[in-house]
Amino acid sequence: MSSVRTVPPLAAYALALGDDALILAQRLGEWVSRAPQIEEDVALANIALDLLGQARTLLGYGGAVEGAGWDEDDLAYLRDDRDFRNVQLVEIPNGDFAVTMARQLVFSAYQCELYAALERSGDATLAGLAGKAVKEVAYHRDHATQWVLRLGDGTELSHERMQAGLDQVWPYVDELFDPAAAASQLPGIVTDPATLRPAWERYVTSVLTEATCRTPEPRWRSRGGRDGLHTEHLGHLLAEMQHLHRSYPGATW
Amino acid sequence: MVNAVPDPAALIAVARAVPDPEIPVLTLGDLGVIRDLRVAEDGTVEVDLTPTYTGCPATAVIADDVRGALRRVGAVHVRIRTVLAPAWTTDWMSETGRRKLREYGIAPPGPAAHAAGGPVLLAFSARCPHCGSADTREVSHFGSTPCKALWTCRSCAEPFESFKAL
Repeated sequence: MSSVRTVPPLAAYALALGDDALILAQRLGEWVSRAPQIEEDVALANIALDLLGQARTLLGYGGAVEGAGWDEDDLAYLRDDRDFRNVQLVEIPNGDFAVTMARQLVFSAYQCELYAALERSGDATLAGLAGKAVKEVAYHRDHATQWVLRLGDGTELSHERMQAGLDQVWPYVDELFDPAAAASQLPGIVTDPATLRPAWERYVTSVLTEATCRTPEPRWRSRGGRDGLHTEHLGHLLAEMQHLHRSYPGATW
Repeated sequence: MVNAVPDPAALIAVARAVPDPEIPVLTLGDLGVIRDLRVAEDGTVEVDLTPTYTGCPATAVIADDVRGALRRVGAVHVRIRTVLAPAWTTDWMSETGRRKLREYGIAPPGPAAHAAGGPVLLAFSARCPHCGSADTREVSHFGSTPCKALWTCRSCAEPFESFKAL
C-alpha cells in the first residue's frame, strides 16, 4: 500500500482510532506469561482483546468508507509503518509493569472521554461502537487506577518505580489531544480531541494525587504519529504482528 | 422443507435455544444476544446478533452455531448481522439465565451501573454461588472470558467466577 494514498476524512479518523487500539492490543499481548501475577496475564490479555475488538470494528469501517477494497485484515497486516496513524504512546515498548500501568492510565482515561463523546456522534457506526466500548474502557481505567494507587502509594521502591513509569510516558500525552483534521471537516461526527483534555486532566490528576505521585513536566513531546511518523519501535512490532500473514498469504487454520 | 414457509417466531426460538459456546448452561436467549430475526422475500433468514464484548472471540462461534441450528430446521440462506447499538447489557439476562449461572457455580451479574452522563462503576459484592455468603472479595477484575471476574469466598474459602455487570 502506498504511503501517498489520500483517504477521506471519516475513513482517516476511523483508521487512526483503530490503529491506536490495534497497536496497544499487540503491545499488551506481549505481557502474557510475563506479568507479575497470573491474574495480570489474564487481565492484560482481556484488555488487549477488548481493544482488538474495537480495532476490528474501526478498521473494518474505515476500510469500507474509504472504498478501496481493504478489509480489516488487509489494513492490519498489509500496511507498512508509514501508513499507520496511531499515536506514538501506544507503540513505545512496554517497559516494566509500572510503565505499562502509567500508559494504561493515560490511554484508558483518554478513551473513556473519547468514547463518551463519540456516543453522541452523528455517525451511527461510530456512535454504536462508542456506546459499547465506553463500558469496556471504563473497566480498563478502573484496573489501571487500582495499580497506580497501589504502586504509587505503596513502598518506597514501588513509589519510585511508579513515578519513573509516569515520567517515561508523559512526553507522549500531548499527542493524544492534538487537533484532528477530521474534526473541522466533520463537525458533529468527529470530536475535537482538545475538548477531551479537561475531563481527562481532572481524572488523571486526582488519581496521581491520591497515589502520592506528581504530574510529570516533560521537556519534550512526541508528535507525528497521526501523520505516519513513528518511533523505530513500531516497525519491530509490525514485523512480529504481520510476519505470518505476509509469509503465508491467505493462510487459515 | 421445499414448500415450508419459515415462521420467524419459530426460527427465533430455535436461535435463542442455541447454547452459549463458553458458558453452555446458558442459551443465547438467556444471554439476550439474539435481538431480532426476519425472513426476507427470497427466504433468506436474517438474524440480528449483538456481541457481549466487542472483542469476544465467542461471537464468531455463536454466529456459526446459529447458522447451523437454523439450517437444521430448514433455513437455506442465513445472514448474521452484528448490531452494536443499543449496547448489550447484563440487565438483559433472563431470570432463568441468572438462576442457571448460580447453579453452575458462577455468580450472576448485579445491576449494570452505566448511568446516563458517563461511565460509572459501582462496586458491588458478589454473593458466593456455592454457599450463598456475601462475605466475598474480588481477586481479579478479569477472568477466563471477557464477561467474568475472579472472586473468592471468605466463608467457604472456595474461589468462583462472577459475571461482570456491564
